[in-house]
Amino acid sequence: MPRIPGRPVARALFPLVLVALLVWIAQWVLSADIARSVTLGAVAGGLLVYGSAALSAAWRRVSHQPGHPLYPAVIAIGRYWKANQRRLAPWLFLAPGCLMFAVYVIIPIFQSIWISFFDWDGLGEARWIGTANYAEMATDPNMVTSFRNNILWLVLYMLALPAGLLIAIFLNQTIRGIRLYKSLFFFPFVISQVVVGLIFSWFYAPGFGLLYKVIEAVTGQGIAILADPNLVTFGIIAAGLWPQIAYVMILYLTGLNNVAPDQVEAARLDGAKGWRMLWYVILPQLRPATFIAVVVTVIGALRSFDLVSIMTAGGPFGSSRVLSYYMYEQALSEYGYRMGYGAAIAVVLFAIMMIFISGFIWKMWRDETER
Amino acid sequence: MFPRPIQQASPGFQWMYRVALPIALFVWLFPLLGVALTSVRPASDLAQGNYFGIPSYLAFENYADVFRNTPMGRYILNSFIVTIPTVIGAVALSLMTGFALAIYRFRSNLILFFLFVAGNFVPFQILMVPVRDLTLSFGMYNTYWGLILFHIAFQTGFCTLFMRNFIKALPFELIEAARVEGVSEMRIFWYIVLPLMRPAIAALSVLIFTFIWNDFFWATVLTTSPQTQPITAGLSSLNGQWVAAWHLVSAGSILAALPPVAMFFLMQKHFIAGLTLGAVK
Repeated sequence: MPRIPGRPVARALFPLVLVALLVWIAQWVLSADIARSVTLGAVAGGLLVYGSAALSAAWRRVSHQPGHPLYPAVIAIGRYWKANQRRLAPWLFLAPGCLMFAVYVIIPIFQSIWISFFDWDGLGEARWIGTANYAEMATDPNMVTSFRNNILWLVLYMLALPAGLLIAIFLNQTIRGIRLYKSLFFFPFVISQVVVGLIFSWFYAPGFGLLYKVIEAVTGQGIAILADPNLVTFGIIAAGLWPQIAYVMILYLTGLNNVAPDQVEAARLDGAKGWRMLWYVILPQLRPATFIAVVVTVIGALRSFDLVSIMTAGGPFGSSRVLSYYMYEQALSEYGYRMGYGAAIAVVLFAIMMIFISGFIWKMWRDETER
Repeated sequence: MFPRPIQQASPGFQWMYRVALPIALFVWLFPLLGVALTSVRPASDLAQGNYFGIPSYLAFENYADVFRNTPMGRYILNSFIVTIPTVIGAVALSLMTGFALAIYRFRSNLILFFLFVAGNFVPFQILMVPVRDLTLSFGMYNTYWGLILFHIAFQTGFCTLFMRNFIKALPFELIEAARVEGVSEMRIFWYIVLPLMRPAIAALSVLIFTFIWNDFFWATVLTTSPQTQPITAGLSSLNGQWVAAWHLVSAGSILAALPPVAMFFLMQKHFIAGLTLGAVK
């Protein structure tokens, strides 16, 4: 133990001061004050760096002082470490990341499944109701709408693949300024979905929206897409496709860049061109890009929350709800804090996604173990 | 190269291509251009029904109005305060996990790796109720740290995938040579692998910056007041207040889009390298 300097009274007060200091720091951290948060981040970072440097210096010093009381321990730990570091090092490196990931991602999945068997408002007592939430879901008309819309999202989102490939082929040339064109085409993906939603709301707005005006000019009768229960989901999906196509395009552009030129030339000599060339020579070589494009598109379609929330908040009459949004509505909005029912909806969504995720993982696993 | 280089086509076709490019771009970015134009259109134009014509003058006052009458400045600041520590934290954690999973052979290596990958794909909703409870019980609800800690943890999944594959592609002889020389594992990480990771760190940082800046779901679940809300959540609540004030909505949207766009244009090469990792074998 390092000796605490000073009189016995001061020494006894030391832990109290320490605790008070810690409490004060904790209060500081948890307030929403910017200056405090920034200072605290800097101080914590500095302490971390300084602390670890001081610790390692002290360690080294002790290991050269045979008389020091901690000397045998330091030497023993040092020896053990030297003999076993190849075995221990990966776990030390993994510890912080795994801890964070477990606490915030892995464990909550199981907690959600557990909560889905309860009737709970988030504050009061949770009441075990078995599978009642799931039974309710089977007869909930909103569930049917959300589920149908989710399938619609999934199917129509797949249009991003051919569309992205088409734009990629269109842009895969080497003329002056093409790089700028490529980045400008990619632009929609960089913008937040909230902004995309606002942009398309303006685009569809009845009375003065651009699309509304165009339709009015062509047919004589404007259509308020976001107010029409039959069209609203298509309108939102179109907005979602805009950034998604840009993403797929950039994946395919990179893929096209790496297509083996000798194979293309050989195929050309054999008389292949146009569609046949694309289908038999190019697409097989683009398979890795296609795989990633499918993964991100499926996940993107099932995660659709931002656009629904911004553009319609599920309306009109709940006709544009999807599972992810309906879950949020049930668990955390003015419709009431039904955490149990919300969790049950989330479990259904999770189960649907798990079908796809296991497929992806299975393929990645195969690639990994074959190598 | 596919398609056939345009230089080999007839001059007429080449000319057509050059004309088609800007037209296609114009159509593609049309909604965005409309919003950008609306953001500098004076409110009087909108009142008179001048929605698409030339604005009667460039009304940069819309932007000033947004800053003056709403907590927009605070929202932007909040976004930075949440985003920057998240980027640092997620990159730091994943450098370590990626190193461990790429360099060492142990039995649960692949299982752990795919746990990170799979966790990265799960729907946010399955995490929502427990994570909100956890944040509440830490006393971090509606604070920066609540958001930051969650984002760090969740992004570690994607970052680990990225870092692990990057380190796996480094020449393993480097590490073996160092081990033969008796260099400790910590020093191998710090002095041999880290300096080679610079491009990966750059690519991940821009990507994570954009992802976190654009996050909306967790911002609405974990924060509630303008003191802590990032710009996405802020914009959404302002959108509720500004009914039909499209010049303000547009100006706010452009402001929210600027930082990630700037990041993208400044770090384009890294951004695309990060996004297309794995798209080529």
